[in-house]
Amino acid sequence: MANALSAQKPMTLGEGGLALALAALALLSIVVAAKAYTPEYAFHAYLFTAASVAAVFAIINRYYERPTEPAPLTIDGKPNYNMGPVKFATIAGMFWGIAAFSVGLYIACELAFPFLNLDLQWISFGRLRPLHTSAAIFAFGGNVLLATSFYVVQRTCRARLAGDLAPWFVVLGYNFFILIAGTGYLLGITQSKEYAEPEWYADLWLTIVWVTYFLVFMGTIMRRKEPHIYVANWFYLAFIVTIAVLHLFNNAAIPVSLFSSKSYIVWSGVQDAMVQWWYGHNAVGFFLTAGFLAIMYYFIPKRANRPIYSYRLSIIHFWALIFLYIWAGPHHLHYTALPDWAQTLGMTFSIILWMPSWGGMINGIMTLSGAWDKLRTDPVLRMMVVSVAFYGMSTFEGPMMSVKVVNSLSHYTNWTIGHVHSGALGWVAYISFGAIYCLVPWLWNRTLYSLKLVNWHFWISTIGIVLYITSMWVAGILQGLMWRAYTALGFLEYSFVESVEAMHPFYIIRALGGLLFLIGALIMAWNLWKTVNSAEVAEPAGLTLAPAE
Amino acid sequence: MSLWQKHAILEKNSIILVIGILIVIAIGGLVEIVPLFYLKNTIEKVDGVRPYTPLELAGRNIYVREGCYLCHSQMIRPLRDEVERYGHYSLAAESMYDRPFQWGSERQGPDLARVGGKYSDDWHRDHLRNPRSVVPGSIMPDYGFMEQTDLDYAHIAEDLKVQALLGVPYTADMIAHATDDVVIQATTDSPDAADLAKRYPKVIARDFDGNPGRVTEADALIAYLQMLGTQVDFKLYDDKANIR
Repeated sequence: MANALSAQKPMTLGEGGLALALAALALLSIVVAAKAYTPEYAFHAYLFTAASVAAVFAIINRYYERPTEPAPLTIDGKPNYNMGPVKFATIAGMFWGIAAFSVGLYIACELAFPFLNLDLQWISFGRLRPLHTSAAIFAFGGNVLLATSFYVVQRTCRARLAGDLAPWFVVLGYNFFILIAGTGYLLGITQSKEYAEPEWYADLWLTIVWVTYFLVFMGTIMRRKEPHIYVANWFYLAFIVTIAVLHLFNNAAIPVSLFSSKSYIVWSGVQDAMVQWWYGHNAVGFFLTAGFLAIMYYFIPKRANRPIYSYRLSIIHFWALIFLYIWAGPHHLHYTALPDWAQTLGMTFSIILWMPSWGGMINGIMTLSGAWDKLRTDPVLRMMVVSVAFYGMSTFEGPMMSVKVVNSLSHYTNWTIGHVHSGALGWVAYISFGAIYCLVPWLWNRTLYSLKLVNWHFWISTIGIVLYITSMWVAGILQGLMWRAYTALGFLEYSFVESVEAMHPFYIIRALGGLLFLIGALIMAWNLWKTVNSAEVAEPAGLTLAPAE
Repeated sequence: MSLWQKHAILEKNSIILVIGILIVIAIGGLVEIVPLFYLKNTIEKVDGVRPYTPLELAGRNIYVREGCYLCHSQMIRPLRDEVERYGHYSLAAESMYDRPFQWGSERQGPDLARVGGKYSDDWHRDHLRNPRSVVPGSIMPDYGFMEQTDLDYAHIAEDLKVQALLGVPYTADMIAHATDDVVIQATTDSPDAADLAKRYPKVIARDFDGNPGRVTEADALIAYLQMLGTQVDFKLYDDKANIR
């Protein structure tokens, strides 16, 4: 029976090729697992085996279940959008968001009460901190970017997502990368480069996934029915392309052996420092800024039902932003052994970067011209507009901190942590929340369960952010001043540990802020759960959801 | 044709747009990174900086594994208070064999660039076991498991080989003796200590963790910490010669 069926239904090259490649990967992983130098690496090899075997079965199953013809690009002249992977990434984004905030809260408590390390090496601060940062940036932020980019590119191009299995490979493969990276940190597998901690094999896997992501995205743009590529897609493209370049150069490494999780970076010392912060700062610039500006450029005009404030401003600020951001990395290395000329370049360009950043902020906020009243009635829109305001605030603070005299005080202190979180919580998370609040009702064809709960989420988490960043400002400046304080006799006034002890109350306030932020996200998850499980909207929402351009 | 109309070319051709993005983002990185590989004054000329011994390298890998860099910097800035608190400001040459660099970006704990020789091995062992037993206000996690865990150095020669491939001056002799050198350095008064010192000048060889019977992770980590920042003799170092 199956044979007779398959005679009429040829397997596509994609199905066959991917199944074969994954079967080969499963075999290779078994060999690696058997000969691995450490049990931690063997565990990862088994995970690779299990995942690729499961994927092969899923592909074969899907082949038997699917209709003979591939999914049509259009139905009755309307694009037949592929929203399955978008739904998956949206749910994954929400899940990882809550995971990231929870781990963040826990490590904040570890700093306030060190007994919480519980004498267990797997949950010590040094291992959980990368779990928190990666979960926040790459798992939460990354899934939101995958979901929104696949949604926006289809809508604004009026074309179905390119590829059949490829979009699924991207979202599932990316989340598998997160799983490998995260479990690796807990087990002590890390290359200890900030925000680029995953080891060589996870990096290789991500490279394959990312190239596929680029191809799917480009393929969809090439199918577009609109002559112009919408501005949000420029930002998504800059994000995808630049992250690929950064990832490849910063993670260039030679593994000790195929059977070892350990590798050594090809750069060393001062060059490695420069490459790392070229990467690190542009993970901020392209992952956490360009990608999320793309979200801003689609979701704020859609939600406010207004056109973008200035098309020309978007052109200027796009090119200026991506050109200038790349230069800013050395401001992470002020007064270090990096040559002064590089530090000065980094500082100069960081200050200039203030301008295109505020160009983006102005374009986002002024899009509300003529619709300001909606801030009163629509908490989702309010969340997104406040996120752009936070973006404006942290992109002013950043250039200020990159000035060398300011940096001599702020560097190494909690001020940096406060700065990061005004961007991460205020800007990245808020614009993501806004986008998810829009996306879930659109994707599942429901009305949002409760706007009142969105309002609660907004206010609880805003108070959380304010507690977080103000406590870290005070803590950081206090730390910096204590380190450089001298007595009248010319001796250093404080020992280092006195500055640690002075942090205690601020660490507690910070943890409280984090707790409020987590509570807000849990309210959101509940609201979305109730939304998805409510009755479907009777008439299709297609008419009101026409592309923004 | 106005500039805005010319921009429409980029808006209508995805390939040209991607090429445009690639060119624009390449410039800053090229200008800032490439010269660091050929400008001779990037890394100072100093005597004394040698590659890590196999035991120190294993210790460094534990430092990397535990994410110590997330709280401890290894980069003393040339600011009055830092130099007085931690010692001579860090040189680029001192981390020239560091893969990856561990300069860090935060000081939840103190800078460690020159921690070598500041405290006794016993202090380090007690501090790893329970930081608050020696520094009551410390917020560092306990790392007592390290003195209970045998160091895994079966493949350490392969680590040296890969580093040699990347340009670290490990000789064939060093690679051949790598496994033995781990044990020699972790032993007090080893008969082979002189051989080890020939390969790695000024090496400190002794039982670091107070447990002569075993080579533990604590041995490796303390060996690494005790050599940090000690290689350059700043009595002989000429600041003026290396002004950049």
